[in-house]
Amino acid sequence: MNTTHPLSRRLILQAGAASAVLGAPGILLAQPKPVKVGLVHPVSGGLAYSGGQSRMGAQMAIDEINAAGGIKAMGGAKLEALLGDSQSRPEVGVSEVERMEQDGVAAYLGCFASSIALPATQAAAKYNTPFLIDVGASDLIVNRGLKNVFRLKPGFGKCVDDAIVALGDINKGAGGLAKTAVLVHEESEFGTGTAKLLAGKLPGINIQPLETIKHANPTRDFSNIALRIKGLKPDLVIMSNYQNEYVLLARTLAQQKVDVAAMFSVLGGGFNYKLVKEQPDVAHYMMDFNHWFNPKNAKAQALKKQVEAKGGLFTFEVYLSYNCIMLYADALQRAATADKEKVIAALASSTWMPEVMPYGPTKFVNGQNEGGRGALLQASKTDIDVVAPEQFASAKPVYPRPKM
Amino acid sequence: MDANIIAAAAINGLLLGGIYTLVASGLTLIYGVLHIINFAHGSMLMLAMFGVYYLLTLLGIDPYLSMFIMVPAMFLLGYLLYKGLIGRLSSGKDENILLVTLGLSILIENLALMFFKGDSRTILVSYSDTMIEVGPAFVPLPKLISFAVAMALCAALGLFIQRTDTGRAIRAVAKERVGAQLVGIDVDRIFAISYGIGLATLGAAASLMMPIFYVSPTVGHVFVLVAFTVVVLGGMGSFLGAVVGGLIIGLTESFGGLFLGESMGQIGISLIFILILLFRPSGLFGAKT
Amino acid sequence: MTSASASELKPIPWKLHLSVLAVAIAFPFVFPSSFMVNFGVLALFYAFIGQSWNISGGFAGQLSFGHVAFFGVGAYASTIVQMRYGISPWLGLPIAGLAGAFVGGVIAVLSFRAGLKGSYFALITLAFAEVLRIVSNSIGITGGGLGLLIPMKIGAENLQFAERSGFYFLILVLAAGSVAVAEWMQRSRFGAQLAAIRENEDSAKALGINVFAEKVKVMLISGAIGGVGGCFFAQYFLYIDPLIAFGTDKSVEMLLVAMIGGAGTVYGPLVGSVLLALVSDVTRTLTQIQGLSLVLYGGLLVVIIAFLPNGLIDLFSRKRGGGKAGSKK
Repeated sequence: MNTTHPLSRRLILQAGAASAVLGAPGILLAQPKPVKVGLVHPVSGGLAYSGGQSRMGAQMAIDEINAAGGIKAMGGAKLEALLGDSQSRPEVGVSEVERMEQDGVAAYLGCFASSIALPATQAAAKYNTPFLIDVGASDLIVNRGLKNVFRLKPGFGKCVDDAIVALGDINKGAGGLAKTAVLVHEESEFGTGTAKLLAGKLPGINIQPLETIKHANPTRDFSNIALRIKGLKPDLVIMSNYQNEYVLLARTLAQQKVDVAAMFSVLGGGFNYKLVKEQPDVAHYMMDFNHWFNPKNAKAQALKKQVEAKGGLFTFEVYLSYNCIMLYADALQRAATADKEKVIAALASSTWMPEVMPYGPTKFVNGQNEGGRGALLQASKTDIDVVAPEQFASAKPVYPRPKM
Repeated sequence: MDANIIAAAAINGLLLGGIYTLVASGLTLIYGVLHIINFAHGSMLMLAMFGVYYLLTLLGIDPYLSMFIMVPAMFLLGYLLYKGLIGRLSSGKDENILLVTLGLSILIENLALMFFKGDSRTILVSYSDTMIEVGPAFVPLPKLISFAVAMALCAALGLFIQRTDTGRAIRAVAKERVGAQLVGIDVDRIFAISYGIGLATLGAAASLMMPIFYVSPTVGHVFVLVAFTVVVLGGMGSFLGAVVGGLIIGLTESFGGLFLGESMGQIGISLIFILILLFRPSGLFGAKT
Repeated sequence: MTSASASELKPIPWKLHLSVLAVAIAFPFVFPSSFMVNFGVLALFYAFIGQSWNISGGFAGQLSFGHVAFFGVGAYASTIVQMRYGISPWLGLPIAGLAGAFVGGVIAVLSFRAGLKGSYFALITLAFAEVLRIVSNSIGITGGGLGLLIPMKIGAENLQFAERSGFYFLILVLAAGSVAVAEWMQRSRFGAQLAAIRENEDSAKALGINVFAEKVKVMLISGAIGGVGGCFFAQYFLYIDPLIAFGTDKSVEMLLVAMIGGAGTVYGPLVGSVLLALVSDVTRTLTQIQGLSLVLYGGLLVVIIAFLPNGLIDLFSRKRGGGKAGSKK
């Protein structure tokens, strides 16, 4: 349509004249409406820590965008966070989605747990509201054909593939010295799914999975698992579990002097700065393939300082949420509107580059970003380094680890 | 399977059982005397563990030494909680006390979340990783200490109940409340004391567990079900039962994990629970009702 | 459960039943937003499964901590037959009911045969629920730890209504049915026998009541209702896993709504459910500080028990001469 209707042209001119008279931005009348982003996180219940970290990351991003003047293409519209609490329960997550829809939310960010994300994204799908998944490992989230779901971080299929490649490379570099592995995983979606994939792919890099040990959530004592592992004498122990069990298991293995070429984890829940701070001898030399920021990026380091200045830890939940908000802001900027359909289209075609991550440019296929990737990490007594891929590495890997 | 592994599993099971015993001993006392299922037990343990954590990180007090602070502190907390809240709200109905302790546990857990935040914390002391050889097993020193102390405390509690006047009063109230009142025992005071002792055991348990475990607002959930199982197995109201029950459950968990896998192996605890209730509900040493 | 007030309540007049039903039917028309209808669905859902607990715990006095077992079994039963054998989820409702009843019967026969009562019975139900959770986490047919995701196929024939109101009216019918069951129990001889059992089992036996049979019967009914609730939940959220299906959360919720509302009364679970849903929703908006909302929730629970030991129904039945709360030891 090239000809503007005369009536609307007049309106445009009038509006233009009016705003010229009213002057610079900052006058209440010219302030565009804020764009509401619903944060659906488990900030109470068993997942409270992760929920709190996710919320913090999202709020940091929102504050940063607003401080820089909001969404320029929307006349400086600011982002407004609607805080939600799914209480670590799926049905409450859904209720929060409905409540925020009522409050005029333009997009959601959530949900940490896959079991909450699955029904929550479905509820949002009815309204065609874009739903950004910050954390949530299950690939079921993106495989249902829901147009409104976008997951920026790689799913566990991709993470496992990349982890296998990284492990294979590092092993080859050391002359293929590891030939066997024992897998230990927690009993729910995350652990079971990850371990299953790993067991299938390890033979491809010449490592035989001797045994896959499943443990309960929670587990109070790992002595027997440590014994079993010791009896099997594997070259590697590969773990996939949540925070508490990860730490307990790692401590037990260290205490029992289970000698392996590496204690390796894929998406290890307890591999973070807290482990290094609280149990440095246990953490030392442990390796994890996980979501991580790009240590060579100045912005990432600045964010880390910002979080640590407040006494917090720069954990993966923080920057994954941060990125989702930035991704959304970029889509808003390109669509120049918060209209749901247009934003979904903008997200689907996004090529946004998350500079703080070791990612390539964004590319969504069926809601899953294919440009994302994890990194291979190794802990020292004081810090955590990226050891692969090389272009993001901040240290060289120590493999095999020295004998206990 | 290697005999060494089985022996080691047995040792691990016993050591684990020691902790369960201590947590269960408070629960069994509270049930035995007040006839209430203390749903707040788990969250109280959590509070005590945070107490030990902060005593170490803020004041540098060794966890084992902090026991001397935590035990009386938790006793006081229990006493006051009973006098101020639980005793007042019981108005005779057991089921209501249940709801009160349930409400309390939600309250406490989330107060902890508000003030301490949701992260799990562990502590590291100089002897955290000292390993002692016990037969075919390598055992961390803290586990041995907690086993020994737990057994000693239970023995002490048992003696207290048997030999002291207060202990006798407690037994009287547990057995026959009205009769005890008739002979002049201040039943309400005994209830408060019992609840206090019940929580005091958690103070000790917390001190023993912090070097080994972790603390977070929801850590109580991890031990509650097991504690109940021990109480039922051992017999509600019996300390000897808590000791024997705790050890049996520890062994069951250990061997269950060894033979069925650590996920399915948890079923051993629930199955024992069910079997005991079906065939010997008073438990091993409980009073036959 | 010595809700002596319950046995002294006169039967509820038909007019009250019709008024409540009318309000419930009108609700989604007066508040048509998806948020409110969702609120209504969850309130009625918890009233429904709360009634399951109420029937055995309130009317028959058999306190249970493991009622989620029936819910979970029903949820898995209907989901598995739907996903594996293509059976319609509408059939899944009665199948879930049967599964729940079956489990209820097994638990009842085993426990009551062994003479378990009071706290012992309550604890064994907890153990059974835990066994089911562990098993469902370990076997293939339930998807193990991965859970089961029901494929989205919107359509009334798949029990996946396009509008939330579809679910609302379904759960309304189910909840109304459970109220009818409860009402029937209160008025019938069966109900009188259960009340006698609740007050004093030995006296009931002396009166010639087959205590064992009656208790098993009530657990069958209770289990069936719980099971149907499981099927509904699975269809509403389209995803279940061992923690959702057998976690203690729901056992606590079922117990809470019934006891807060008034155990042993026909509308207790509904009253409790609506109140707790309101409290939960309102406190959740205070989410700036992690945990604050649940602190208020827990505090409110304690306060309600303090002032209304028989549950909220006390507010309604004070005038009708609520009975004394006797202490059974």
